[in-house]
Amino acid sequence: MPLTHLEPSPEQIEQDKVYRTMGLTEEEYQKVKDLLGRKPNYTETGLFSVMWSEHCSYKTSKPVLKYFPTTGEHVLQGPGEGAGIVDIGDGQAVVFKIESHNHPSAIEPYQGAATGVGGIIRDVFSMGARPVALLDSLRFGDLDSSRVRYLFEEVVSGIAGYGNCIGIPTVGGELQFDPCYNGNPLVNAMCVGIMSHDDIQVGQARGIGNTVMYVGASTGRDGINGATFASEEISEKSDEKRSAVQVGDPFMEKLLVEACLELTKHDALVGIQDMGAAGLVSSASEMAAKAGVGIHMNLDLIPQRETEMTPYEMMLSESQERMLIVIKKGSEEEIKAIFARWGLHAVAVGEVIEQEVLRLEHKGKIVADVPSDSLASAPVRHMPSKVPATYLANQAAPAWKPEINNYAKTINKLLSQPTLASKEWVTRQYDYMVQTNTVVAPGSDAAVVRVRGTKKGLAMTTDCNAKYLALDPNVGGKIAVAEAARNIVCSGGLPLAITDCLNFGSPENPEVFWEIDESVKGMANACDVLKTPVISGNVSLYNETDRGAIDPTPVVGMVGLVEDLDHVMTASFKNEGDAVYVIGEAKPEFGGSALQILIDGEVSGKAPALDLEVEKSRQEKVLEAIKSGYLASAHDISEGGLAVAVAESVFGTELGCDLKFDTDPAVELFSETQSRYLVTVPEAKKKDFEALVNDAVFVGNVTRSETINLAFASSTVTLNRNELENEWRGALSCIMSAKN
Amino acid sequence: MKTAVIVFPGSNCDQDMYYAIKDGLGEEVDYVWHAETSLDGYDAIMIPGGFSYGDYLRSGAIARFSGIMPAVIKAAKEGKPVLGVCNGFQILLEAGLLPGAMLKNQHLKFICETVNLQVKNNDTQFTKFYANDEIIRIPIAHGEGNYFCDDATLKELQDNNRIVFTYSGENPNGSKADIAGIINEAGNVLGMMPHPERAADALLGSDDGLRLFQSILNHWRESTHAAYTS
Repeated sequence: MPLTHLEPSPEQIEQDKVYRTMGLTEEEYQKVKDLLGRKPNYTETGLFSVMWSEHCSYKTSKPVLKYFPTTGEHVLQGPGEGAGIVDIGDGQAVVFKIESHNHPSAIEPYQGAATGVGGIIRDVFSMGARPVALLDSLRFGDLDSSRVRYLFEEVVSGIAGYGNCIGIPTVGGELQFDPCYNGNPLVNAMCVGIMSHDDIQVGQARGIGNTVMYVGASTGRDGINGATFASEEISEKSDEKRSAVQVGDPFMEKLLVEACLELTKHDALVGIQDMGAAGLVSSASEMAAKAGVGIHMNLDLIPQRETEMTPYEMMLSESQERMLIVIKKGSEEEIKAIFARWGLHAVAVGEVIEQEVLRLEHKGKIVADVPSDSLASAPVRHMPSKVPATYLANQAAPAWKPEINNYAKTINKLLSQPTLASKEWVTRQYDYMVQTNTVVAPGSDAAVVRVRGTKKGLAMTTDCNAKYLALDPNVGGKIAVAEAARNIVCSGGLPLAITDCLNFGSPENPEVFWEIDESVKGMANACDVLKTPVISGNVSLYNETDRGAIDPTPVVGMVGLVEDLDHVMTASFKNEGDAVYVIGEAKPEFGGSALQILIDGEVSGKAPALDLEVEKSRQEKVLEAIKSGYLASAHDISEGGLAVAVAESVFGTELGCDLKFDTDPAVELFSETQSRYLVTVPEAKKKDFEALVNDAVFVGNVTRSETINLAFASSTVTLNRNELENEWRGALSCIMSAKN
Repeated sequence: MKTAVIVFPGSNCDQDMYYAIKDGLGEEVDYVWHAETSLDGYDAIMIPGGFSYGDYLRSGAIARFSGIMPAVIKAAKEGKPVLGVCNGFQILLEAGLLPGAMLKNQHLKFICETVNLQVKNNDTQFTKFYANDEIIRIPIAHGEGNYFCDDATLKELQDNNRIVFTYSGENPNGSKADIAGIINEAGNVLGMMPHPERAADALLGSDDGLRLFQSILNHWRESTHAAYTS
């Protein structure tokens, strides 16, 4: 029999403060007692501990998330459901969300990353959308460490293992390396889906008497309390929580996607939700609370893959590839038939009841009876905030000036830094072509995926330069949004909306809380000006190890609409003779730059400034130039500055360039001044282009040559494309193969 | 020409194959569920890529026992064109319609990229529209594409001109004799690791794969025309 008799009694839970070990604070435990009017039993304490964890409740980030604009002309569904939805015209919509799986990936990288991908896919198809693309934003520590190389290699394998098998192309993302992520990698997965407006689903348990069904894989003991684990710092003890990591089965999920998409066409479906973090308890209580009803569930009916599971284990399990659905009473057999065709369980486990409670029955006894909305409304915590001394020191620091003796060598070194080097070692492990809609593959500013049957495409990217945020979270937050939008624009898309993954340290540290608050303010400001509302997102706090918190890393996932695939633009130079222009003047801004990291090994000073009005007007002009057919290539100037942008534009081509500047070479080549672009224009379009973008500066021409010539008044920098490209292309695989 | 695209649980290139034939070739095409038992009425059979049955046990090992396979074998014996791509190739090997076996890629990692293939035999119903020794650009995407066979089989394949495609330049997976695709003795069953259906639309980078489908269609037209007139 299940070992329920070994569980502590309500009295023991209070007396021995068992709730503390389960993650509830004193105040929270008192609040639970007040809500129930009695002491919670072991199962109930478990329900509250996971649902009130930061991971599920956003209890500390809620006051901050209010800054985000969440509505807009095209927004059909904002935050609160599985994923957000934006209209793309013709009765179609794009659905997307990003989510973190940092903590599981830190201790079990393959499964941690794989199940992160699986979870975000379920969030998207639970809305009724077919998933069409995945992106992964990854951050690891220093590759000199064998542990970091192991984490990197396994995370990439896990993503590939899941995404490739399920048949959703992994088309983009980011990859950065910094010692602050040693021991605490960031694994953020984003999924994008396409759907018809008619098929939009919600995770609501409407209709008293309707049937609650459990579909997908059976429930095991994996991932129990995973959400609580994700709401603590990682420590040496974390390895003991390996059982809090789930195990993924992409084949099962592929079947589940197909069956659920068939299901969403069925009239009998009332509501559908993924059993993600906090598994059954979160899906059941959220579906009930959102509809203002209750759910009565019989746990004896839950498909179980292990024997003698207790109610606590079943409710808190985070076994993967499971969904909870509510269907019209009487249609159970039709629904079962849909799932049976795909070889999946669909089991009636409960019903929607009028009384607003989550009531669980097990072996003839009621084992939990709690108000459904109480689980979904954790007490909000208002954390103290304090301006860090390091921020003030950086603001007051004198401007940083590089001393460079050999420009060519510096460019060469920059391009072989793991963060700037080619990501091919990673992207070629991902199937980025399956579904045959990938118009722009990984490697350009944003990926572009065709909307089959139309002339439209979706441009998508993830971005965050945490180094700017480390110096100035407000400005860095703005830059993260602006850079994502720039990448969309350079690919020929109009930025639509964002999803965000807020990765930070412990909010209980007032200086970290200040970073969270300032970052979100900056991001929200940029979202307002650039008209890209936040439609979904995820918060991952407690990204700390005994060495301290990570740099603030709020990753922005953005999707844009390419109205006509003829507008698709890439960064690569196209034709010999095309005119090269730089839009935006370089200022001596090196704080947080790739050059500063290369020279000093750390960042200092002020982050580059960002004028959102300038940003917006340049984006509009560049997009108009692309849509008017004036451009042959477009690339934003970001990490590493113009030098890196030029190199990336000639790699993979047979071309070189001859460029001439009358500015300071260090500033021109390596400054990371914002809102800048490198574009090329065919001779015949120069006049039109110059009339439209009047602040663009002509700097030279594309040549059919192996040589990149960068001439300045004082000196000329000459680079060989092939040598440079070999360094850049081979850097990551060289590190990974040499040291393993 | 009416084409069947077989769908196993875990197939994930079924739609890509379907659209290559419907939009690329402009011919009639249906999905056929693995539990069906007949392929009567179809002129060509496509076994698409993916991870049938999760590739558990071994790629293609479980799919080979599904309900539709006797009908695939029957169609092959009747001389209908049967094309297996990637996981489809693995299934054809497991079913014994083609000789050899598939091993994990030599470097043990999944690999996805567009590679150069050399057409080694254009005298087949699949390759009529290519020139011999022509280099074509076709994507690969697999973790187990390292084709292996014993030396006697290799000699037989070579002597009978049954190696249809080889990798040109760097061999991406370690396959024996750079083999990317082989055909059966009768010349109507082709298995290949590269994905011609992913190269059927210039918008996506290459349409070199389209000629493979056009060759099948052309052969079907010629043979049915011959049948009508004889």
